[in-house]
Amino acid sequence: MADENILKITKRNHLKSMITKGFVYAAAIVTFGVLVYLIGYVFAKGIAYVRPSLFAWNYNSENVSLMPALINTLIMTGTALLISTPFGIGAAIYLVEYAKRGSRTVKVIRMTTETLSGIPSIVYGLFGMLFFVIYLKMGYSMLAGACTLAIMILPLIMRTTEEALKSVPDNYREASFGLGAGKVRTIFSVVLPASVAGILSGIILAVGRIVGETAALIYTAGTVARVAGSLFDSGRTLSLHMFLLSSEGFHTGEAYATSLVLLVVVIAINTISSLIARRIGKNNG
Amino acid sequence: MIKFKEKAMHGILFFTAVASIGAVTLICVFLVANSLPVFKEIGLVDFLFGVKWAPSDIPASYGIFSMIVGSIYVTAGAIIIGVPIGILTSVFMAFYCPKRMYKILKPATNLLAGIPSVIYGFFGMVVIVPLVRNIFGGNGNSILSANILLGIMILPTIVGVSESALRAVPNQYFEGALALGANKERAIFRTVLPAAKSGVLAALVLGIGRAIGETMAVIMVAGNQARIPTSIFNGVRTLTANIVIEMSYAAELHRQALIATGVVLFVFILIINISFSVISNRKKGDA
Repeated sequence: MADENILKITKRNHLKSMITKGFVYAAAIVTFGVLVYLIGYVFAKGIAYVRPSLFAWNYNSENVSLMPALINTLIMTGTALLISTPFGIGAAIYLVEYAKRGSRTVKVIRMTTETLSGIPSIVYGLFGMLFFVIYLKMGYSMLAGACTLAIMILPLIMRTTEEALKSVPDNYREASFGLGAGKVRTIFSVVLPASVAGILSGIILAVGRIVGETAALIYTAGTVARVAGSLFDSGRTLSLHMFLLSSEGFHTGEAYATSLVLLVVVIAINTISSLIARRIGKNNG
Repeated sequence: MIKFKEKAMHGILFFTAVASIGAVTLICVFLVANSLPVFKEIGLVDFLFGVKWAPSDIPASYGIFSMIVGSIYVTAGAIIIGVPIGILTSVFMAFYCPKRMYKILKPATNLLAGIPSVIYGFFGMVVIVPLVRNIFGGNGNSILSANILLGIMILPTIVGVSESALRAVPNQYFEGALALGANKERAIFRTVLPAAKSGVLAALVLGIGRAIGETMAVIMVAGNQARIPTSIFNGVRTLTANIVIEMSYAAELHRQALIATGVVLFVFILIINISFSVISNRKKGDA
């Protein structure tokens, strides 16, 4: 009698856990299915429209070339990194190597970087418009856009650099001090070279964010569809080009092709970053 | 000489470290200073709870209540769709995924996080909107479309944070439950998941932050009508969409009202951030 009851309960539990297991697998299939479907769909629809005219040197409403936007994206990425990386790496060095633990300044810095990393890009865009474009009189320009993005990626670079610096074993530092090197020399000749891969993977993540950004650029860098002649000219990046193209709605085929190109760029960036991350993993393990 | 170099470097590094404080201060000052006239001329209550947004009427009225409601609806739906799928996927990643497959799927979640929001938006425009239109009627640009799209977009955030929370639970919890006769599913859902509760909650909060701040993708699928929706098949305008759509031609009070919309959004995000750090501090306290 008792045995039968136990048997029933086990059977019921078995059924329950089979259902649960089904849900877990179904969720995973949905998550990765969406990714595969999205990439597949964009490739299938876009590949026919990837024509030489799409990469023409000059943009006009006939060829809707993405070349100027692609070049602007490179300029934008370079400029934003040039502004942001020194600050990000410097701040991380200060936090890891110099700051006393639990000091009030450190707490405030942590709080502000957390705040920065949570701010939506449209709020950065608003701030960039008010501060760089209007107050500093930069106008709609690549420089204003790059400055805005530099603030946006600052917390990302800080955090990854901090982690990279922390992963350098303390005996590296001690050995360097023991050989008579000062603190600055130790940091720049021993600690930084040892953590370069980690810092690099953070920078590449930042590149990904810059390439994908739209909301922070539309009212800072503006939407001119030419290669920006100087940093004080307006220019649209690839993502912004993609947004404008798809909201105009005239060139659906080209919009597919543009999103394909953008997707390829993003996948390439991601692959490089995970390759570097894997190499770090190997070195540590 | 060397001493001077050390001191100078210390100073430079300190300067770079406090740059983030300067940035946050500047952002707050500029946003608030530029939106003050709105609160003076329209009044905080009328601005927040006014249901009529008609900047071109005479006299114009600036009430953003419908956008606040819009942002809440869009975010809530995204959470309802994205969170269960995300948490179950994180369980899969932490407990069911074969090692070989994990090497492919983990970078895949990073890729999902790295895809630009314009591409999601475009995907929503050409796939989700027509789907909603065909199944439920209407023109498809609706709260539901935005819910589905944002539900997808917050998945990588939720999967990532919740997976690391699950992995942070000591293995003995899982093994102990198995030893007491629980099967794998019961051990995970009755023991490990409750133990990872605060981490999962943090994932939820980050997901809310990502959904409420999303701009371009939402504009492309939500229809953007500035009125209080009556069903999930209505179009809706979020706070973020309001700023992008009207900023290009806004002037004076209208422009300031848009900046004030940004301030409201900023305050929402601050509240979310503070609750996130409260949750993650509590997590540290537990351990």
